[in-house]
Amino acid sequence: MWKYANPTFFLPLVAKLLPWLTGATVIAFAIGIWGAFFSAPADYQQGETVRIMYIHVPAAWLSMFCYATMTASALGTLVWRHPLADAAQKAAAPIGAAFTFICLVTGSLWGKPMWGTWWVWDARLTSVLVLFVIYLGLIALWQTIEDPGRAARGAAILTLVGVVNLPIIKFSVDWWNTLHQPASVFRMGGPTIAPSMLWPLLVMGMAFTLLFTTLHLMATRNEILRRRLRRLSIMAASGDTHAQPTHRLTMTGGVE
Amino acid sequence: MSKSPFSFPVFRLEAERLAFRRGGRALVENLSFRLTNGDALVVTGANGAGKSTLLRGLAGFLSAYAGSALLIDQAGDQETIASHGHYVGHQEGSKPALTARENLAFWQAMLTLPGLTSDMTPEAALTQLGVPQVADLPVAYLSAGQKRRVGLARLLLAPRLVWILDEPLTALDAAGQGLLTSLIKNHLGCGGMVIAATHAPLGIDSLHLELGGKP
Amino acid sequence: MSPSPLMALFSREIRVARRLGGGSTMGIIFFLILVTIVPFAIGPDLNLLSRIGPAILWIAALLATLLGLDRLFQADHEDGSLDLMLTSDTPLELIVLVKCLAHWVVTGLPLVIAAPLFGLMLALDPQALWAVTLSLLAGTPALALLGAIGAALTVTLRRGGLLMAILILPLAIPVLIFGVSAASASLSATTPFWPPFLILCALTLATLAAAPFAVAAALRHMSE
Repeated sequence: MWKYANPTFFLPLVAKLLPWLTGATVIAFAIGIWGAFFSAPADYQQGETVRIMYIHVPAAWLSMFCYATMTASALGTLVWRHPLADAAQKAAAPIGAAFTFICLVTGSLWGKPMWGTWWVWDARLTSVLVLFVIYLGLIALWQTIEDPGRAARGAAILTLVGVVNLPIIKFSVDWWNTLHQPASVFRMGGPTIAPSMLWPLLVMGMAFTLLFTTLHLMATRNEILRRRLRRLSIMAASGDTHAQPTHRLTMTGGVE
Repeated sequence: MSKSPFSFPVFRLEAERLAFRRGGRALVENLSFRLTNGDALVVTGANGAGKSTLLRGLAGFLSAYAGSALLIDQAGDQETIASHGHYVGHQEGSKPALTARENLAFWQAMLTLPGLTSDMTPEAALTQLGVPQVADLPVAYLSAGQKRRVGLARLLLAPRLVWILDEPLTALDAAGQGLLTSLIKNHLGCGGMVIAATHAPLGIDSLHLELGGKP
Repeated sequence: MSPSPLMALFSREIRVARRLGGGSTMGIIFFLILVTIVPFAIGPDLNLLSRIGPAILWIAALLATLLGLDRLFQADHEDGSLDLMLTSDTPLELIVLVKCLAHWVVTGLPLVIAAPLFGLMLALDPQALWAVTLSLLAGTPALALLGAIGAALTVTLRRGGLLMAILILPLAIPVLIFGVSAASASLSATTPFWPPFLILCALTLATLAAAPFAVAAALRHMSE
């Protein structure tokens, strides 16, 4: 397992996997989009707007899956100090933020015709918004700290603090909402999902997961290359011609 | 120079195949050395050769990329250098708003190890460093050399086995440099160890490590 | 002879805070200004103010607590104290805890004491004054400890204050929710005081137990 985690093994592996993953992603999206927009029937209550769900729900899944990936990477960074974990964690943050953003925007687009408003301070929406803000904070931390190793460990600590806090936020926001406006808690009613609507949703879920995997591997590879470049630039700046540092130990005076 | 009333317990410091990296660049590779009570290691090298990195690593602020550096007592128990070390870096660790006496009293309380208390007062330490007049002045008012001496005074207030000194002669005048050399000699005489990075010679018998030198 | 390291640290922190710009006065002035500008923004309607008063006081306390926190470890990092503390025999987690406690005594506690006075300006009734003050007393330590995590993560950054707020404010949401819930309890008959207040206490205790480890880990890694 460690063999594959070594960047020198990881890069060729990614090069081999990427074409296949890209192909699978395209095919899954083709089937999923056809299923979602042409095959699946419109909802008898929500009409055509229900099709937004085929984007919205997988994006919501991935927004959390991505945070889980980052948490695993954060442990890799802090416990094993693995450089690949640093890169994977950094690569995941913008992708997670993007999925969360898609989730929020599609939810808002769906909410306008259904609820008559772009935004509701409902428990679900609010906790997803907080997740989005946490992603942005992590990206900001990555961008502000210049040394990649240090940034990785800082972001890892914040990711772990965030993972402890996310359930608390979720729970507290639920509580806050029911406390103040119990009437406005929105329940996704409607019929239980019919098979004709379920399969496009599952295919879209798979397509999103494949998309995430593809993007994440690409971004991790780019991060590794970016670091290599950075290291080479630093070495060039220090005028190092020999890669190995040297030293000489001698005795002066009477120390035995 | 007043003689310290005790000598340090027997320890040896063993560095085994140490390696340090900074920003992904290898600075120190495969470094092994051994010090016993009364030994000093002087580290020299060009700017950017990794002197400060090595010293910060030995003090425990950076984790080693590979290898280890440990103190081993007579019973064979291993301890970190940080837990027995004084680190003197480019900053003094003094709060400008507090007086020299307040700063030193704080560090004395903070850095004293159980069983290694010193009955020296901050005033006495400042006197020994030749700046008794600054005791009640806020450190913000002091000159760079005076601040340096205040910073060095804590070495006397909390006896610790290993002194890790990064460019200790900076900002000191000739008299101050002589004073520091005699303090170091006194410390080595008590069985202490000194690891110093320096450009100017310290005038002590030592093991000499040249970073970037041809092996 | 020499005082215990943690007592020495506590008194040093208090001394430094007292000599540098008055320490607590700044926080209180900031608190006062925030409370002052709100009526300008929403109008001087006393009914409205008394309804949202507890929330205003809580937001003001949150911002005032974060205000001085970015220097909590940064100053020690810049003058080399942080390095020396790492070589101390005292665990860094305890050092962090004592520094946070001292920070809270200097900045948080005065806000709690000033809260009833500012509450009067926002036309809170006596019961609400008590609720706000108690909830701030229970909640501001958690804010200081959460803020310390942000302060530790941004310890090497020269302009870390804004980033620190970005990192920490999302994490402070639960404290804010239960703090405001408890503080506004007296405003309506349906909302009780004790359940949110006890949850707030639980959050503070949990933060008290966990945050020092996160802060110490961040300091060790970030000051490398």
